[in-house]
Amino acid sequence: MPVTNVLIAGVGGQGAVLASELLALAAMAAGKDVKQGEFHGVAQRGGAVFSHVRFGDRVHAPMARRGDVDFLLALEKLEALRYAHFVKPGGTVIVNDHKVEPIRVGDQRPYPDDAIEFLKGKGFNVLAVQATEKAVELGNHRTANVVLLGTLAESLDIPLEVWEATLRERIPERLLSLNQRAFAAGRGLSGA
Amino acid sequence: MSGNEAIARGAWEAGVAFAAGYPGTPSTEVLENLAKYKEIHAQWSTNEKVAFDEGVGAALGGARTLVTMKHVGLNVAADPFMVVPYAGTNAGFVVLVADDPGMYSSQNEQDSRYFAKIAKVPLLEPGDAAEAREMIRAAFELSERFETPVMFRTTTRLAHTRGAVETAERQEAARKPFSRKASQYAIPVYARFRRPELEKKLEALREFAESFEGNFVEEGDPKIGVVTHGIPYQYVKEVAPQATVFKLGIIYPLPERRLKEFCARFDTVFVVEESEGFIQGEMAGFGILNVVGKERFTNIGELSADLVAAGLNGTSVPADLSEDVAILPRPPVLCAGCAHRGVFSTLKKLGVLVTGDIGCYTLGCLPPFDAMHTTFCMGASIGNATGFNKAGEDQVVAVIGDSTFLHAGLPSLVSAAYNKVPTTTILLDNGTTGMTGHQEHPGTGHDLKGSPSPAVEYETLIRSLGVQHVEVVDPWDLDATEKAIKSGLAHPGPAVIIARRHCQLLPEEKAKEHTSYTVVPEECVLCEECFETGCPALVWEDDYPHIRQWECVGCAMCARLCPADAIVLASEA
Repeated sequence: MPVTNVLIAGVGGQGAVLASELLALAAMAAGKDVKQGEFHGVAQRGGAVFSHVRFGDRVHAPMARRGDVDFLLALEKLEALRYAHFVKPGGTVIVNDHKVEPIRVGDQRPYPDDAIEFLKGKGFNVLAVQATEKAVELGNHRTANVVLLGTLAESLDIPLEVWEATLRERIPERLLSLNQRAFAAGRGLSGA
Repeated sequence: MSGNEAIARGAWEAGVAFAAGYPGTPSTEVLENLAKYKEIHAQWSTNEKVAFDEGVGAALGGARTLVTMKHVGLNVAADPFMVVPYAGTNAGFVVLVADDPGMYSSQNEQDSRYFAKIAKVPLLEPGDAAEAREMIRAAFELSERFETPVMFRTTTRLAHTRGAVETAERQEAARKPFSRKASQYAIPVYARFRRPELEKKLEALREFAESFEGNFVEEGDPKIGVVTHGIPYQYVKEVAPQATVFKLGIIYPLPERRLKEFCARFDTVFVVEESEGFIQGEMAGFGILNVVGKERFTNIGELSADLVAAGLNGTSVPADLSEDVAILPRPPVLCAGCAHRGVFSTLKKLGVLVTGDIGCYTLGCLPPFDAMHTTFCMGASIGNATGFNKAGEDQVVAVIGDSTFLHAGLPSLVSAAYNKVPTTTILLDNGTTGMTGHQEHPGTGHDLKGSPSPAVEYETLIRSLGVQHVEVVDPWDLDATEKAIKSGLAHPGPAVIIARRHCQLLPEEKAKEHTSYTVVPEECVLCEECFETGCPALVWEDDYPHIRQWECVGCAMCARLCPADAIVLASEA
């Protein structure tokens, strides 16, 4: 089985690392060799955070090569642009249709509001998902990460019962039901 | 398991009884995970040198011991690290040092492998989490067999990469009684006698390296030879699976004979190593010169599969899309409600010279504050301020966090008090070690295992040094903060302002019911003064500033800055 490469990107505090941990655990439980490498900087919040999850028969490097990523899961639009060069030609970009303005540094260009169109123009298979909107509707904006994971899950070869068990194992009891609903909602948004 | 979890697991299995360290990315989670095992006494120490000294005592006393630190922590612990090898150890003593190539969360990019060579201690380095678990056991066995501290080096990528790890049960290591031989352990007096012993030990370690199982060759294409180590080994396997690879597990001392034999088989051998050309340099010392290393693989930043492929093939790495679209930088920011914000906003207003320190608050040097003018290393702020004062700056403020103050700021404050230096130190007391993810410290009232501990009383401590001007202020109160800093600066001797408010990300703070503020669009004059807070809860939406309710914790700083009174309590809007 060839290695599947997923890159999850977001802004510190959005839960990119948790989403990638859940994916890595699910892939492992599905019997695959997995490497998950996360990249984050100094402060707890606000900076760019990303994580590679790679699974297959045998995985060596903790990060995929540029142009080798099958699925980019972006919790924010600007972060989708930041890592799009990792995606293979015709690869899938699942992007939260949500904007987090970076702090302004000097005379900065305006936030690129055409991110989704730009990515489509590059030939990627772009799936824009209202994940934050859905998460707020479910009761907590912080579960946008799990909504998006649900959308991604529809495209991966990991059985639903493995996902369900992984959520039960990793998510604290008091937040489980909320996250289960977020995951189910995300699956419904895949358009599949 | 992450690399750090695997190391903790492996150390527990190897019978570690004592573990100490100071938080520092990317090493922190090793000790946090060790603390979960009831058989291990694990503790945060005030700094890395203290942890190291405690570790030496425990290891001499007969308990298998692990001390943990990041690369700059080893600088702090360098004094004992260089001397203790003269004595050696009794029970296994392993020093975990985590380097940060790429400086994801560090002030420098230091290749700590050179420390092992200076100290003449063996250095092991694993290539993934599974290997890390096994290798940490080998490190303890090596330490006891040769009676030497062993340095165990990891990097950010190893520490923060998860993979499958097999586990085993713990094997208790029997306590080895200490024999009181001053001739071995009282080094200054007996160093001259111990010095040749150190060379003998190193010679024996060189022989050991020739047969160490952690060094292995994977046969492949007889024309492509690669010598590599650690995480770069994974990149080589990824991009050149056909190559013949010599993977090193012991990085110091290197197996000279085996490397010579290996390299003699190829016209040219690639040495793929991250950071400096340490292995390449050692090999050159052995007279192995048919190598290509740092000429192709940069010593700046972190390597990647792409960079290794480019180096092996003489190609370049594909570019990102920033030529085509505005990929704005996203620097980290102080959180909504962060207590540091009030201090930096005030310092900016006062326009004083600010010497900074290591923590989240280092972000005070960035816009919109631009209110920190130097930052180097743990505890430097207070000493730097003294120096600026002596050079003729009369309005100098040092800014330092609570954990950093206890780590290395205290000796500088003692010096400032002793020398009657009229600088003002602002102690940012947010009740935790913020940047590394909320570790307890001697000022928090709890230890690593979560038990109650005495909490340092900063006011009493600082007054006892002879600092007469000590004032506590809530940094959410901008008027009081400004008044306090001004009166500190006006004081003729050393002054300390304790800016006290908990980190807003602490679980007990997050659990609180918060009031939140909102912008009344009809009142807003679009002056953007509120953005001077640099608060991530403030966004520009539908042509006016908007406060994201879920992020706002009600610090009211933006409302305070608004000249049009357009920012009001959401409950009253």
